[in-house]
Amino acid sequence: MNQVNDRSRDIGPYVAAPDDDMIICRCEEITKGEIRRAVHDGMFTLTEIRRYLRTGMGLCQGQTCSKLVKGIVARELGVSPAELEPVTSRVPMRPLEMRIFAKEAKEGEQDEK
Amino acid sequence: MKRYDLIIVGAGPSGLSAAIEAAKRGLKVVVFDENEKPGGQLFKQIHKFFGSKEHKAKIRGFVIGQQLLEEADKAGVSVVLNATVIGLYQDKEVVVKIEEEVHHYKGDAIIIATGASENMVTFEGWTLPGVIGAGAAQTMMNLDGVKPGKKVLMLGSGNVGLVVSFQLLQCGCEVVALVDAAPKVGGYGVHAAKVARTGVPFYLSHTIVKAEGTECVTSVTIAEVDSKFQFIPGTEKHFDVDTICVAVGLSPMSQLLKMAGCKMENNPKRGGQVPICDEYGATSIPGIFVAGDVSGIEEASSAMIEGRMAGVTAAEYLGYMEETELTENLTELDKALDGLRQGMFAPKNRGQNITETEEGIPVSQNLLKHGFVADDEIERFPGVTHKAGIHPVMECTQNIPCNPCQDACPKHCIKIGEKITSLPAVDESATCIGCGMCVASCSGQAIFLVDETYEAGFASITLPYEFLPLPVKGTKGKALGRNGAAVCEAEVIDVRTAPAFDKTNLLTIKVPTAYATAARFFKA
Repeated sequence: MNQVNDRSRDIGPYVAAPDDDMIICRCEEITKGEIRRAVHDGMFTLTEIRRYLRTGMGLCQGQTCSKLVKGIVARELGVSPAELEPVTSRVPMRPLEMRIFAKEAKEGEQDEK
Repeated sequence: MKRYDLIIVGAGPSGLSAAIEAAKRGLKVVVFDENEKPGGQLFKQIHKFFGSKEHKAKIRGFVIGQQLLEEADKAGVSVVLNATVIGLYQDKEVVVKIEEEVHHYKGDAIIIATGASENMVTFEGWTLPGVIGAGAAQTMMNLDGVKPGKKVLMLGSGNVGLVVSFQLLQCGCEVVALVDAAPKVGGYGVHAAKVARTGVPFYLSHTIVKAEGTECVTSVTIAEVDSKFQFIPGTEKHFDVDTICVAVGLSPMSQLLKMAGCKMENNPKRGGQVPICDEYGATSIPGIFVAGDVSGIEEASSAMIEGRMAGVTAAEYLGYMEETELTENLTELDKALDGLRQGMFAPKNRGQNITETEEGIPVSQNLLKHGFVADDEIERFPGVTHKAGIHPVMECTQNIPCNPCQDACPKHCIKIGEKITSLPAVDESATCIGCGMCVASCSGQAIFLVDETYEAGFASITLPYEFLPLPVKGTKGKALGRNGAAVCEAEVIDVRTAPAFDKTNLLTIKVPTAYATAARFFKA
């Protein structure tokens, strides 16, 4: 495991910053301050942050904010963004309505083109 | 489950190129794209491309897109649009949302050519309506015919920022400033110069402090930053704008590859999270290939070659081609790609501080700092000469892989030579007939025809002009310098359009002889 996952590491206290109320994840309306506080709550990986705050789980699926969130978390941990493992990629890659997700095309339809 | 020899995700320049090559070898190929129109970014590119003939140089991007689609159609490729690939499973099972249903397909080989998405930066007010990506602005203008705003500030001086700024001007927007936190212009100097000469000020080492407005953007404040990108107090500048365009780089859309289990790496040089792959796009999983921006941010010309490489490699992988034939094909494509990856902006030179051209000429610092070559710098470049009578003046000052001007001149006045990154030089032994083919062929709009002895006391300057309305002969106005400031009175004495010019109009203006080397644009 790289040092990112070392939970005994002291990253210092959370210190409020003037831009903490800036929205980072627009879809889920998560602010920079919430992300920073989450790191101090012990969420050291991007997957944990995502589960804890829902960043990148809205309509755009992190297309806009994932790089921004990564930068903020890395800064808070004092590591390079490259050291942070990206979040797991899962199906569906794009937001999808459940009624469509659950509707399998019948074999042979649409395919004959 | 429907089976294909090859399933390609993404119908952009690389995906279509791959499809064409593979289908030509007899593979049954399908291309899925989530957009309603194919072509990826190509159909938003209205400027002429760089490169040499084999790279489709001086052809406008959207025309290249049309050509690719026609070729794909002829080769028997099936392109399915509005088809969102939502998953890539083990054993190359591709799950696609088409209309209101989920379909499963099986590919013996897969090429992922999903491209990239735009990066964002945050500043106070960045979520206000009116802050948009440069790509969004391009989509609005060139696909949907919508003007993004009236007064625009562009953040980012890479080629995307520069090209989109020019398109905004063409679409009738006022570009109030081009801003970049970096200390020098990131994109091609010729792209910067054509924006600067219309009067757009460049603010390097500056970035956005905040976007102001309650319901939407009404103004923006920028300020200078120091070498550690910290704002320098007292350097704030304020602009009334309704739109802020952000062009701060791209990130590969590589999630499908990660999902499939391909080995990935974080490679800042390639733009972020990318699959580990060989030079022909083979990933760690046999039969899964990548091409284009998804494997490293470059541009459309190289994406097309990478696509062709992946296409033939996939064909050989499935046994549709002998290994010897593949090697021949790849050798040729290697050469084409290598030709593009030369010069000052080559991937290998990224981040380097280049102070001299390949010819040993000091590069224009003013171009890097302000977007235009200063009057006292321009004379040192080989394309800039003086003689009696009409002759071409090529303000091409950086080594970029591009040479259409050399072939455009029917009289062979322009010499680049074997190395396509060399700066164009004037062949003094040849005689210019003033046809203007070079002016129209230059993708960077950097060639002018100058006649310093047009008539007593006056010189004529023929310049590329891609704005509407087109001034008519006899129109009087101001000649602008390279910096976009008015230098003297000018009169339009000729306006030429021709199919061979491909919509680059040639405007000839008359200015006092003293301004022959300074006047480079016209404003009525």
